[in-house]
Amino acid sequence: MWLWEWLGPNRTLPSACLHGVDATIPLQALERASLLGDRLERLRGRSVVLAPRDPLTAALALVELDGVARRMVLCPPDLSPKHAPDVIAAAEGEVWLDDRVGAAAALEELRVEGPVPKHGAVTRRYSHATEWVLLSSGTTGVPKLVSHTLASLCAALQEPSYEMNDTVWGTFYDIRRYGGLQILLRAMRCGALVLHGPQESITDFLARAARAQVTHVTGTPSHWRAALMSGAAAAIAPRYVRLSGEIADQGILDRLRASYPNARLVHAFASTEAGVVFEVSDGRAGFSAGLLSGQQAAVGLQAGVELKIEDQRLRVRSPGNARGYLGGAAAAPLSDRDGFVDTGDRLELRAGRYYFIGRAGGIINVGGLKVHPEEVEAVINAHPRVRASRVGARRNPITGAVVVAEIVPADPLEVRPAPETLKREVLELCRERLPAHKVPAAIQIVERLELSAAGKLVRAEV
Amino acid sequence: MSLRAVIAAHFQQVAQEQRRQLSPLSDDLRLLQSGLDSLSFALIVARLEDALGFDPFDAPQAVKFPVTFGDFVKLYEDDRRQPAAG
Repeated sequence: MWLWEWLGPNRTLPSACLHGVDATIPLQALERASLLGDRLERLRGRSVVLAPRDPLTAALALVELDGVARRMVLCPPDLSPKHAPDVIAAAEGEVWLDDRVGAAAALEELRVEGPVPKHGAVTRRYSHATEWVLLSSGTTGVPKLVSHTLASLCAALQEPSYEMNDTVWGTFYDIRRYGGLQILLRAMRCGALVLHGPQESITDFLARAARAQVTHVTGTPSHWRAALMSGAAAAIAPRYVRLSGEIADQGILDRLRASYPNARLVHAFASTEAGVVFEVSDGRAGFSAGLLSGQQAAVGLQAGVELKIEDQRLRVRSPGNARGYLGGAAAAPLSDRDGFVDTGDRLELRAGRYYFIGRAGGIINVGGLKVHPEEVEAVINAHPRVRASRVGARRNPITGAVVVAEIVPADPLEVRPAPETLKREVLELCRERLPAHKVPAAIQIVERLELSAAGKLVRAEV
Repeated sequence: MSLRAVIAAHFQQVAQEQRRQLSPLSDDLRLLQSGLDSLSFALIVARLEDALGFDPFDAPQAVKFPVTFGDFVKLYEDDRRQPAAG
């Protein structure tokens, strides 16, 4: 499989554009010109670390590199310089491709000036089944290198076939991350894409997306909460709203439904390691238990995907699974001996529906009773005057830990209820819906919650 | 309000929230017979830390767990008399 060919007729359509912060480049520009020019041949058969800061430059470079490089490592712009040597070593990197100077002195460096392709057209020739390597943001900070092929990355994009249309995608994700890369590939095959700049505010991004008449927008629930909080969410009128990468609770689904009443609202389960697993489009949190009993078409399971639950954890075997981790002996096996990837996401069955209750390892232990922060957040976020919340643990001499919460009010300061009123209401809601040990011992009102570069809530290690 | 009264108010508040029957608070009331469970005590300690700005259980030297309500109050009174630790 070769990306250049896979793009198909979209490569020639003037509407098929990638909208960056500073430039809009139609894919057909790569027919007449080249980003890397003659230097592309220097990269043939080699392991290339793709590290331009500008996502549009990176997107065009990966189109040129697929089928040429032996291995291509997609570095998000926030990769810490202190982790760069680990990434280079694990990927056996030979060339560091960057739009900045002096980023990785230890390696042969190739500077690319983007995003506008300025070099003359090159003859495109396929010689290598390029290995695509993504960095998975481990909770401990050191990135894991996850190996994919173009085929595994596109597994969810094969069926149903995507036809040419007027789709304009927008994604809050960086395209070097799994969620963003999925949308980049999808958009390059059919439609256009508005890329989120690394330093761009949500408000500026939404304004640009509105100008490009965006129709399909994707991000994590935290991205969407930030968008709703920005006051700029009304700038866009998407037909399709998609959430992935974190648990989509009923609160965010209901708010997006209210903000975009005419949009198709989909939350998807996907991960860098497991690939795109399924989509849920009934507007409700969780997913139908039918997903595990083979009613695939009816419930949005991707073709060829098999699920099982062991120790309450969702495990996935799929053509979209990554091939493994890179990094020699230090790398743990990605899947069990039957080929199932453990997602580490825990599920609970309630009335014929499975609900994600949190990550294995993120559990708070209150006197021997387990609490998943996400299940408490889901209850708090259902309160109409709460925009977002983060639940964590506080050390406690009696029970080891107690649950504490930070909440971001939904309303602007001037029309907001008194802090004590809001706290009391949230606590009442929690007491109504949760057993006592899951009810926060303390609530703090904050103006914002820190998001990681991947658009997920930053959680302290419990 | 005295420290004892603040602590007693938190005992009553948590007991009410946790729907527990709290015995009359006297110095010799054994905590385990007060009607409160361990989660209730955990909540009381967490709330007192927020209200008073210190947690005597967090002292560098091992703290003996209070047995009676009187011990509990004394723990907080003694800690308050200590110079603030860095």
